Amino acid sequence: MELLLVILIGILYAAGIFMLLRRSMVKLLIGLTLLGNGANLLIFLLGGITKGKPPVIDSAAKLFTDIYADPIPQALILTAIVISFGLQAFAIVLLKRVYVLINSDDLDDLNTPEEEDI
Amino acid sequence: MIDNTLIFPVIVHLFTAIVLLFFWRKTVAQRIISIAGSLIAMLLAVRLFTMVWNDGIRTMQAAGWDAPFGITFVADVFSSMMVLLTAFSGVAVSTYSATGVARGRMLYGYFPIFHLLLMGLNGAFLTGDIFNLYVWFEVIIIASFVFMTLGGRKAQIEGAVKYMAMNILASTFFLTGIAILYGITGTLNMADLSLKIGALENRKLVDITAIFFIIGFGIKSAVFPLYFWLPSSYHTPPSAVAAVFGGLLTKVGIYALFRMFTLIFIPDDFLTTLLVVLAIFTIITGTFGAVIKNNIRRVFSYLIVCHIGFMVGGLGMYSEIALTGALLYLFHDIMVKTNIFLIAGLIRKLRGTMNMDKLGGLYKEYPLLSLVIALVLFSLVGVPPLSGFWPKIYLFEAGFIDAQYALLAAIIVGSFATLYVIAKLWAKVFWKDQPELPDGESLRDEFKPLNRFRKSLLVAPIVFLAAITLYIGLAAENITAVAQHIAHEMKDVSPYIEAVLGPNVSP
Repeated sequence: MELLLVILIGILYAAGIFMLLRRSMVKLLIGLTLLGNGANLLIFLLGGITKGKPPVIDSAAKLFTDIYADPIPQALILTAIVISFGLQAFAIVLLKRVYVLINSDDLDDLNTPEEEDI
Repeated sequence: MIDNTLIFPVIVHLFTAIVLLFFWRKTVAQRIISIAGSLIAMLLAVRLFTMVWNDGIRTMQAAGWDAPFGITFVADVFSSMMVLLTAFSGVAVSTYSATGVARGRMLYGYFPIFHLLLMGLNGAFLTGDIFNLYVWFEVIIIASFVFMTLGGRKAQIEGAVKYMAMNILASTFFLTGIAILYGITGTLNMADLSLKIGALENRKLVDITAIFFIIGFGIKSAVFPLYFWLPSSYHTPPSAVAAVFGGLLTKVGIYALFRMFTLIFIPDDFLTTLLVVLAIFTIITGTFGAVIKNNIRRVFSYLIVCHIGFMVGGLGMYSEIALTGALLYLFHDIMVKTNIFLIAGLIRKLRGTMNMDKLGGLYKEYPLLSLVIALVLFSLVGVPPLSGFWPKIYLFEAGFIDAQYALLAAIIVGSFATLYVIAKLWAKVFWKDQPELPDGESLRDEFKPLNRFRKSLLVAPIVFLAAITLYIGLAAENITAVAQHIAHEMKDVSPYIEAVLGPNVSP
């Protein structure tokens, strides 16, 4: 299971970086999304994967006698997902706006020369 | 000492933002509430700083969950000094915005977003939990995205795309770093991390993790080679926004770098060399950019990059003297960089352009105002005894002690380039006569038609920040004492750890 996740995270990061390096703005967005998902899975993996254990300890127990599932990575991932959802929603609207303004999907068309500054 | 009132600088901005939402289309009320909110925040920041300076580090455990299990807020001298400087900038920018920002922008929530941004900054300075720091960073960037795009003309939207992409990327790297850090230590509390990372055997793994943080914070604070987004976006938004961005947003990255690399990752030879090399290249590239540009705000954007290098270099040398110098520079830089962007905005109001070739004759027309601006520009260059001069003494001394001659050379080149650029700017904008404009172009003076009160709203923030800069320069012994205290706490982190985790845990 760990090995599968490691490979998956590697692919997500590699694909994300590759997409970021393209000139299309939509691909830029996809790249950021993939990287974000990779990071979330990385937290999940590094938090330690335990199968079928509760995240709470019996209230009568005084010591940790058994392996228990760590609930913190899930809380972190949930927070990160919500945040990246907000950011991506904003990014999509922004890119739509850019497309309306300059009528192009190419990042190279985004360079207003200095002479046109005010 | 446990003290729940240390969170007040964060709450007051949240509260102001909420109140502002109730006055959605009433821009006059919004201006008054915003200035009042910023003033209250300044008083609370002064109170926090004096408390921390007199009685030592204060902590707050959110919801009473003891560290390292809950989220901790810590106010040490470094945090509270940053909160204080943020509050000064906040007052200046909200006063300036009252006249300096178009009414159209205010109708779409300029002031609520401004206060949410300041809330995020204060939160980032006060938190003692690394994932919480990530969340505050996200609060800051989502607020700054709105700022960047609000009222967007074409150029502004273009800048916003680059800004957005790089900042989301930076956050992802930061999150990756946190994931690995949690994987190898099992904790998120900074004080606890400091102990556990210090006890770790596998130093190579620690260095790799540190690199993720350098990339993440490096993008945010515009360190070479990750600075390209800054000069291509900071010249586009309104000047009041650019002032917050230039003065505070890059510095929150620097704050995070200082915090991470003095508390959690104690720099070894590899990291100090890396930071020094990055600093040298940052200074040199910033210098080149500033020298060739002709638009005032583009010049200032490159100067930000150049001067970020001074601070990263100070961190890279990692001696108490170098840290003192870098911190002094940080304090001076926040005040001056906020101010020069406000000045750029004022020049645009006076003449309708920021192109140096089309400007001129400001000294003849506004001699007193020019004198104040000259004071700020001289502070930026570091003419003794003004504020930019003192940090450089410390940086030079540390450089000679550590034999970091390449960094010293870069700092000298950077200082001279700043001098050259500012001298050119002064000659072209203030001394030279107003040049003939090409056919079909005329000057737009938006300043003259304003009434006396509104004129003073534009000029007062510049004078206010100039006065603080002057204080930093002339009363340097007070500010140096603060910087030395912080540098000492950075080299010996046990008071911080004891304040958070309680006594008897330090190694």
